[in-house]
Amino acid sequence: MATTPLSLEQLPQRQRATVAGIAWDRLSAPEGRRLRELGFDEGVGIEVLHRARIGGGPIACRIGRMTVALRRRVAGAIHVDPLTS
Amino acid sequence: MNPAPLVALVGNPNAGKSALFNALTGARQKVGNYPGVTVERHAGRMALPDGRPVELLDLPGTYSLEPSSPDERVTRDVVTGAQAGERLPDAIVVVVDASNLDNHLRFTLQLIALGLPVVVALNMYDLAERDGLKLDPQALARELGVPVVPTVAVRKRGIDDLKEALAELVTPGATALRPSDPVLHADIATLQRRARQIAMAATISETPVRRWTHMLDSVALHPVFGVLLLFVVLFVMFQAVFFAGAAPADAIAGGFDWLAGLVKQAMPDSILRSLITDGAIAGVGAVIKFLPQILIMFFFILVLEASGYMVRAAFLMDRIMASVGLSGRAFIPLLSSFACAVPGIMSTRTIEDEKDRLTTILIAPLMTCSARLPVYTLVIGAMIPNVRVLPFVGLQGLVMLGLYIMGVAGAFVVALVLRRTVTKGASSGFMMEMPKYQLPSVRDLAIGLWSRAEIFLKRAGTTIAFTTIVLWAMLSFPQVPKGSAVSQVNYSVAGRIANTIEPAFRPIGFNRDIVLALIPAMAAREVSVAALGTVYAIDTAGGDDETKMAQTLHKRWSLATALAFLIWFVFAPQCISTIAVTRRETNGWKWPAFMVGYLFLLAYIMAGITYWLAVFAGL
Repeated sequence: MATTPLSLEQLPQRQRATVAGIAWDRLSAPEGRRLRELGFDEGVGIEVLHRARIGGGPIACRIGRMTVALRRRVAGAIHVDPLTS
Repeated sequence: MNPAPLVALVGNPNAGKSALFNALTGARQKVGNYPGVTVERHAGRMALPDGRPVELLDLPGTYSLEPSSPDERVTRDVVTGAQAGERLPDAIVVVVDASNLDNHLRFTLQLIALGLPVVVALNMYDLAERDGLKLDPQALARELGVPVVPTVAVRKRGIDDLKEALAELVTPGATALRPSDPVLHADIATLQRRARQIAMAATISETPVRRWTHMLDSVALHPVFGVLLLFVVLFVMFQAVFFAGAAPADAIAGGFDWLAGLVKQAMPDSILRSLITDGAIAGVGAVIKFLPQILIMFFFILVLEASGYMVRAAFLMDRIMASVGLSGRAFIPLLSSFACAVPGIMSTRTIEDEKDRLTTILIAPLMTCSARLPVYTLVIGAMIPNVRVLPFVGLQGLVMLGLYIMGVAGAFVVALVLRRTVTKGASSGFMMEMPKYQLPSVRDLAIGLWSRAEIFLKRAGTTIAFTTIVLWAMLSFPQVPKGSAVSQVNYSVAGRIANTIEPAFRPIGFNRDIVLALIPAMAAREVSVAALGTVYAIDTAGGDDETKMAQTLHKRWSLATALAFLIWFVFAPQCISTIAVTRRETNGWKWPAFMVGYLFLLAYIMAGITYWLAVFAGL
């Protein structure tokens, strides 16, 4: 367990993790709803697959069995627990 | 007589719903519109194994019953019986992606809770197996309490089983399942957990395999190679539209000319003959000529969409689009608009957020469409000296490139301003499911192309044909008296209008001839070339005459006027077809009127600035 909460934005690429919590108050209502609809929820497996490195572009992550693209600001509101194994 | 039972196909986006719809109905489908919204209504007929007909409805894909776009609202309203002009379906086919059960089952649970008879199509079953997933459809049916049929829509597998299952659901007297599970009415998080439990129960085994999609993505989404790949794709697409589209377009134009020639031979010279040849045939021909390019464009768009690459392109472009308040999704429609704004605007439907979509529609005409090329070519050829500014870099080519860049730059500035004023609103962000890569099926492509062609020809075609006839009338009436020295163009309504409004254009360096040419340019931009020809009493049909035309322009126009004219066309209000399709896509005259207004103002100001700068520079 990490002592300081790590956000999805900071999670190293290809490092498996689970969603520890989501700062819903940092997201707009539609954003929050869409995140839930896409399956973002505590305890779900997550992994950063690709980053558009240049100039803070979006990131692509695996959530459950799905691949989802989101912007860094939203990724910053998602806290993750890296799996140590 | 009772109408045929209505069955709705519902599911998450990317569940393969439309492919299933195509597999069930074949070509027997009809695309319409729901009243008051721009959402397309896809309906089709199919026969059950016992011969009974069923009306099938393909509803827009959505993640839940809480809508966040007009499309999703239609889906919710239809399945709850609240949609105007649509009856409550007799049964629902829930389409789920077999390899994405955790997520898709949540929506399935919500749909089952509605109490309508439900059958689940466990679609893309083959892809799930390819991904090392072994599922138990019976276990899934047990957990959900509804029949489950494994299907592979693109390969037409499981379709008969699905029809059998449907036949049982829509039998008169069959009692609808009344769900009692209290979990069904719980909030989204609880439903999601229940969905994951069910998915787990229905999964026999899962062998992790190296997924194709991930391998392809490490190239397609790569910061360097991905962008390169995107540019290669775009290059091929543009080459195809401009070069492969040109020959059939010329052939169609030639065919219409031939037809007009036949009529001219068969009929004595009269107003009626002129109406048929110069009005109707020329007008309809001007529209249909664009069909090959539009179809090629749509072919690429459909392939990119069905294969799953489109979302990757949006991913790569999101950063740039975000800087002007748009999302990556606006990229493809804007790209299409370089060929023609009409398919570009039609493809904005993939943008969920209404304001994003509207902004994209409003700036699409600023992308330099192919119809502006003849105008640019003529004026640049006539007025810009053919000199080299650098080895291999000609001044003429540079001016042409500059015009394209001005359009793009203008579009970005306009988007920035619009997003802060008329289409203000929270940035919708960019949050998209990235579907697995898939080989598109030929049948789905063919059906998609056919329906695009039909919409284009029917809707835009009628409007454009009508307006070109009006323009013809404006140029043909009143008729010049016999023996008069005044030309027909000058004597006509259009000529008189040009004379009246000419003073308004004098400050930006336009002479009366240009103003007159702008009127028919409303129908199609390249017509202005022909119109200038008429004004200068030159027939531009042959190559020699085009040189003559260029010489005439060179004599009569100053360079300042020519530059102002070019800049005018970068920003000018677009052709009637664009206005017509904007009206259709925004459902009213408000936004097309706004679009014409702001473009006109922009064109006027920019042409004026260009003219006066050029005059002061002594050109």
